[in-house]
Amino acid sequence: MNRTKGDEEEYWNSSKFKAFTFDDEDDELSQVVNSLRDFVDDDDADDDLERVSWTVEEGNGRRWCPSESVACSFSALSDTSAKSYAPELGRPKGEYRDYSNDWSPSDTVRRLRKGKVCSLERFRSLQDKLQLLEEAVSMHDGNVITAVLIFLKRTLSKEILFRELEVRQVALRHLIHFLKEIGDQKLLLDLFRFLDRTEELALTHYREHLNIQDPEKRKEFLKTCIGLPFSAEDSAHIQDHYTLLERQIIIEANDRHLESAGQTEIFRKHPRKASILNMPLVTTLFYSCFYHYTEAEGTFSSPVNLKKTFKIPEKQYVLTALAARAKLRAWHDVDALFTTKNWLGYTKKRAPIGFHRVVEILHKNSAPVQILQEYVNLVEDVDTKLNLATKFKCHDVVIDTCRDLKDRQQLLVYRSKVDKGSAEEEKIDAILNSSQIRWKN
Amino acid sequence: MAAHLSYGRVNLNVLREAVRRELREFLDKCAGSKAIVWDEYLTGPFGLIAQYSLLKEHEVEKMFTLKGSRLPAADVKNIIFVVRPRLELMDIISENVLSEDRRGPARDFHILFVPRRSLLCEQRLKDLGVLGSFIHREEYSLDLIPFDGDLLSMESEGAFKECYLESDQTSLYHAAKGLMTLQALYGTIPQIFGKGECARQVANMMIRMKREFTGSQNSIFPVFDNLLLLDRNVDLLTPLATQLTYEGLIDEIYGIQNSYVKLPPEKFAPKKQGDGGKDLPTEAKKLQLNSAEELYAEIRDKNFNAVGSVLSKKAKVISAAFEERHNAKTVGEIKQFVSQLPHMQAARGSLANHTSIAELIKDVTTSEDFFDKLTVEQEFMSGIDTDKVNSYIEDCIAQKHPLIKVLRLVCLQSVCNSGLKQKVLDYYKREILQTYGYEHILTLYNLEKAGLLKPQTGGRNTYPTVRKTLRLWMDDVNEQNPTDISYVYSGYAPLSVRLAQLLSRPGWRSIEEVLRILPGPHFEERQPLPTGLQKKRQPGENRVTLIFFLGGVTFAEIAALRFLSQLEDGGTEYVIATTKLINGASWIESLMEKPF
Repeated sequence: MNRTKGDEEEYWNSSKFKAFTFDDEDDELSQVVNSLRDFVDDDDADDDLERVSWTVEEGNGRRWCPSESVACSFSALSDTSAKSYAPELGRPKGEYRDYSNDWSPSDTVRRLRKGKVCSLERFRSLQDKLQLLEEAVSMHDGNVITAVLIFLKRTLSKEILFRELEVRQVALRHLIHFLKEIGDQKLLLDLFRFLDRTEELALTHYREHLNIQDPEKRKEFLKTCIGLPFSAEDSAHIQDHYTLLERQIIIEANDRHLESAGQTEIFRKHPRKASILNMPLVTTLFYSCFYHYTEAEGTFSSPVNLKKTFKIPEKQYVLTALAARAKLRAWHDVDALFTTKNWLGYTKKRAPIGFHRVVEILHKNSAPVQILQEYVNLVEDVDTKLNLATKFKCHDVVIDTCRDLKDRQQLLVYRSKVDKGSAEEEKIDAILNSSQIRWKN
Repeated sequence: MAAHLSYGRVNLNVLREAVRRELREFLDKCAGSKAIVWDEYLTGPFGLIAQYSLLKEHEVEKMFTLKGSRLPAADVKNIIFVVRPRLELMDIISENVLSEDRRGPARDFHILFVPRRSLLCEQRLKDLGVLGSFIHREEYSLDLIPFDGDLLSMESEGAFKECYLESDQTSLYHAAKGLMTLQALYGTIPQIFGKGECARQVANMMIRMKREFTGSQNSIFPVFDNLLLLDRNVDLLTPLATQLTYEGLIDEIYGIQNSYVKLPPEKFAPKKQGDGGKDLPTEAKKLQLNSAEELYAEIRDKNFNAVGSVLSKKAKVISAAFEERHNAKTVGEIKQFVSQLPHMQAARGSLANHTSIAELIKDVTTSEDFFDKLTVEQEFMSGIDTDKVNSYIEDCIAQKHPLIKVLRLVCLQSVCNSGLKQKVLDYYKREILQTYGYEHILTLYNLEKAGLLKPQTGGRNTYPTVRKTLRLWMDDVNEQNPTDISYVYSGYAPLSVRLAQLLSRPGWRSIEEVLRILPGPHFEERQPLPTGLQKKRQPGENRVTLIFFLGGVTFAEIAALRFLSQLEDGGTEYVIATTKLINGASWIESLMEKPF
């Protein structure tokens, strides 16, 4: 079947139909028809009325479901189609009254729970409404509690609603959940403000940024979060979040330009895989160590600047810089990262993260053995050193360490692991044959 | 049909049949040919109670998953949407319905809410202008779904968050409803015990529902002797630890969904000669895991370290059985051998599968990182160094291991220390936010609200008292032939199960002090039975306890309870129910904040 276009438009646009929108407070009809029962009732007539009227129009025997009341179906059949779009108006008055019978709050709630037709509109006094709410809460059925809350939200002023819920914690929590669910951010914020739940207020506001895709808009939004009543720790993080995105926008614009211009070697050799926008701080630092390592502190994109602005701990900084420079196989930079000069001008190797970690990271970035060897040698703990050297096949380190430990047995074991006739084997043999060493075993 | 559901002490096929009947009745209400449009999340749970054949018998000709815009073409009279009551799904449904109306022959639309109709959703449909399009809008109270002979789950993924973060009682209400259904089928449960705020509420709801239900006296002889309601937040520790039973590890590593697991296919490639390993399957291997499979029933609850020896013994038995054919001389013998062949082949297939799975798991459990992680977990649980920044966790953050893994460890440390020192907490927080993104402030806030990650207040760490009194840490643990539930975590005895164990013997009175430390009230209620229904236990007959975990349960906890059920002098057999089967990762994930 096909409804005619006119029908269809009337269906979607007719003012009568609109009168049924639940939240439409301005409509004078709403007092009469905007009852919960519209969406509560299950097998009552109003939906099926439409069906029936189509059946009549087309005469194709659409199945009539047996659970409906016969009275309704007859009244429907005799209705004009226009009326059937606003079924409740079309229903005989007497029947309507039947539905809005004098149910007590507890009866009403019980009926709601069973999914039966029930109008809440007749509860007009505040006292009645609250009693209704209390009945619903005592039933524990979240579905019914929410239904009553929707009714209260619509018929009570915000101030009264909040005031009454403040002393009804269960209902209050349901309202908060419900507002989150439907995304009524504004009322939710008002509520938190009223309840003086400042941290939740701040976080709820902040949460909204997740839904803003445009970086500029997101940045502007984050700006509005600064100064909200977060905990002291979180305040600093929120400020950093804003600053970071602000930086990223600048860096992104700049680098996209550089990359497309094709004049900068690093971007030609290593095209960017993704935009830096909305990446975490450490990722941003990695990016900056990768593409902007040598920049002076004055630029927004320089690693040193990031480190200062966000008070990145030395350990974190070294770790990230190491990973980035190792990935580029810039061994010289790696070397510089761990070289410190004392006041006499002597240089010394120092790693705040421990050289064992340095070795692991270098290995992950497939550093050549010569480089690895150098850092394995700097590991202080002998056992760790030996383990790492064995794991990464730094033969010289293993052999020398065994020699220094005067551990003949271990050296013999290692000899069986190296290639026959290799330089390593020769070296081991030379040491084993040396008469200079007093072996401990 | 689902024989494994009737293996246990309580025949859960009765429940399965009841829910199947309800489904058939609904389908028959919509006369004529039908297509079902599924909320994808529901297909798993539904698969456990009805196969396609049942639907087909009731004229379901097509099935689609719920997606935006238009419905695929289907020449059927009825379109049935089977959905959870969620607002975002209502939007999709209305899109479907609106685009459908404009073309082709008219169809009847119906909507089946699982497990409950929602006024909120119906209002949304109304706002979208489609509410009137549905002939039947009904609910299908699939509250508790039978997973195994002793296991029921509501599979409600948001339950923990709703209960402990939002303090929304809806899923508790569903739990109570589910318990009422169980009592209608298996008789009134005479005694109810509970620990925790939510447990108290569910008990209240049950008592109230029973009072309202006075009309018909339940005349079924009670199958369950008692019910134990446990809040998940009474024991936040257990799900955070890595499960070490076979089933637990499968879940930890691959995730078991509605009793199915998807595994990397390489290990399951049929070994044919001359294939040269060319066309390896690329699609994940999907296996169903439940007690219907004999071998799985035997090994699922063992510590993983005890699985290998069982598998190799089985291998010997099976190959010996196949060797038997050489001894079969007479026609009679050969006939007998042949008759056993299908069973033997099934056993061999099952053995091959589990050998492959065990190999996959072993690759993980023998890795250095797994060992390091486990060491840290066990240190925390036995009370070592819980009050300072842990270097392994620091390393994980520095190497950007998955955030969930990091959060799980940090929460474990916090729980084992009754909260972290402010300085330690702030340090972790800063590291996490800088490495994974500032937006995770929201997730950290949720974890704090749920009590998983919090500053220590009052300056006292109560965990050692709880640990010692309940003997949560056992130094000598026998993984091969366990004597205590602590084998499921190789040393740690799950707190929740210890509470159940102590309740059955010698009773909670012995641990009043600890019960006061743990959150929420503990209580006992009796539901009087008419004299005719009172049970006279035979000497030596075990009690049957239904234990309901509000907020989720892990496979390792289930294994521990099964271990207790099987103890010769245990005295109690357990049937387990929960709002959701969880592991640490899925649990933490349910608390993470995502865009709307």
